[in-house]
Amino acid sequence: MEKELWKGNEAVAEAAIRAGCKYFFGYPITPQNEIPEYLSYHLPKIGGCFLQAESEVAAINMIYGAAGCGVRVMTSSSSPGISLKQEGITYMCGAELPAVIVNMMRGGPGLGTIQPAQGDYFQATRGGGNGDYRHLVYAPATIQEAADYVQMAFDVADLYRNPVMVVADGMIGQMMEAIEWREMPKRELPEKTWATTGTKGERKPNVINSLYIDPNLCAEHNERLAAKYKAMEENETRWEEVNTENCEVLFVAYGTPSRITKAAIKLLEKEGIKAGLFRPITLWPYPSKQLKAAASQESVKAVVDFELSMGQMIDDVKIALEGCRPVTFVGKAGGVVPTPAEVAAAAKAAIGR
Amino acid sequence: MAIVYQKSKGLTDAELHYCPGCTHGIVHKLVAEVLEELDLLGTTIGVAPVGCSVFAYNYFNCDMHEAAHGRAPAVATAIKRVSAPGTTVFTYQGDGDLAAIGTAEIVHAAMRGEKFTTIFINNAIYGMTGGQMAPTTMVGQKATTAPLGRDKDHYGSPIRMSEIISTLEGAAYVTRVSVHDLASLNKAKKAIKKAFQMQMEGKGFTFVEVLACCPTNWGKTPAASIEWLKENMIPYFPLGVYKDVDGEVK
Ligand SMILES: Cc1ncc(C[n+]2csc(CCOP(=O)(O)OP(=O)(O)O)c2C)c(N)n1
Ligand code: SF4
Repeated sequence: MEKELWKGNEAVAEAAIRAGCKYFFGYPITPQNEIPEYLSYHLPKIGGCFLQAESEVAAINMIYGAAGCGVRVMTSSSSPGISLKQEGITYMCGAELPAVIVNMMRGGPGLGTIQPAQGDYFQATRGGGNGDYRHLVYAPATIQEAADYVQMAFDVADLYRNPVMVVADGMIGQMMEAIEWREMPKRELPEKTWATTGTKGERKPNVINSLYIDPNLCAEHNERLAAKYKAMEENETRWEEVNTENCEVLFVAYGTPSRITKAAIKLLEKEGIKAGLFRPITLWPYPSKQLKAAASQESVKAVVDFELSMGQMIDDVKIALEGCRPVTFVGKAGGVVPTPAEVAAAAKAAIGR
Repeated sequence: MAIVYQKSKGLTDAELHYCPGCTHGIVHKLVAEVLEELDLLGTTIGVAPVGCSVFAYNYFNCDMHEAAHGRAPAVATAIKRVSAPGTTVFTYQGDGDLAAIGTAEIVHAAMRGEKFTTIFINNAIYGMTGGQMAPTTMVGQKATTAPLGRDKDHYGSPIRMSEIISTLEGAAYVTRVSVHDLASLNKAKKAIKKAFQMQMEGKGFTFVEVLACCPTNWGKTPAASIEWLKENMIPYFPLGVYKDVDGEVK
């Protein structure tokens, strides 16, 4: 396939269409506006529906309704909007509805800034909604990956009957890169016999619901969900390692910081320091085992966690390492992106050079 | 033996959980009968609210969604828009659900002229959570969060949703009915039927407000509740047609 130049947000929108998504409900917010704008033009042309909702709360509940009818559906937003979507996300996990939710993260807290950030890590991986729920979180680092993972997200959502989130910082949404539209490996997907399509008088009514008023039934429901989440942990964890073999410093970074880290690794190499990158691609499930294996190498003196936040993923890094290596932090929140030199300096400080 | 009365096929065999004298059961029956009479049960998707009628998804004999509190119009919007042409969609919502937490969702669904039907149960109280004040609670009416009665200076006066919805272009049919006696019940059923028919004709958003009793949280017998509704609610919430793109108003 030929390479094409695509803006991140538009690639995300086009990827959804290529994955068979014909429905989108959302509310404007920077820096993701090109997603709804693209879809408002293209979805009607393929017989789908784009609807600008009155709020993110309404939009996520529209996703709930559409997903319950068995169609592929997506919403996208940025940080403050994702806060409002939490209600719908927990309901969708509870009612086991597949859909894709995109967060082009910006600086917070509150209204924050429209510049790129990763301050929604806790919200994405711990859940801002109520109850014991989990969903996959893909964190693409390039526009190619954004296009790939958005397509994959629809399959994974359908496979597990669960919403899937794709988080990227605003940088990935706004920049342009050459990408290739490639077919994603197809998964065998179960038929949506649970969807509300009208009984036609041929079956018992289907009900989309997250209410289990009987505590025993609610407990059972939670056990069933937990088993599903376990299967996701076993089968869907993804990560990338760059230069990690026998490295002295192990960086952990995802999204845009992972790209800056690659430049920092080159700077360190010039100074005779071997540094490697461990990049989680799924933020949940977190590649804990794999990270521990990489960090436990004898060569590793320090682990440096780099985020566009004041330190959120670092909790998962520490949980994964179980104290086997010291972990230091470098990063900035609020839309300012550290340079490769600053990141390299943090690595040197961590190993006392 | 001749069968003189039969439960509507629009209702399942599940036992209703409503209190004695509660209006929810009556309105369920009317909606179910209408869906059966119009032969829509096999192509209908309903949306239950959060409120005393949360279990409506167990009672209506058609596909159902249980929505988050107040969000039924958003859920129904998407259901209608992604479903096969000819699918009937309705929401069934209480006054806390529709006129407080879900005000934005209902107003915007009506503004867009979403082609579904909303059955709005106005019982002037939060039933499910135990009798707290609703936006429709009458001035002076006692509620567990307004123990001295709703104070107009503190909370304003009750919201009249039918009047508000009727100002929106997208609303095709807006009416307020009651089920306090046989005559009003028959009128209510006609209104519900008309709303569903107009939905199926693609006329726009249709809205039927039903004045309802909550004897349990009003602290009254079922009979006294009906009297209270007639004396207090009907004068403030006048019955009638507020919008009908097909015909006359009031
Ligand atoms: C987000 C949220 N807030 C509050 C509640 C608690 N709650 C459940 S039902 C209800 C009010 C229901 O009153 P109404 O809509 O008038 O219906 P009724 O019970 O009177 O039929 C409230 C506040 C909830 N379930 N979810
Ligand atoms: S509490 Fe009120 S609204 Fe709820 S079932 Fe009882 S009478 Fe009906």
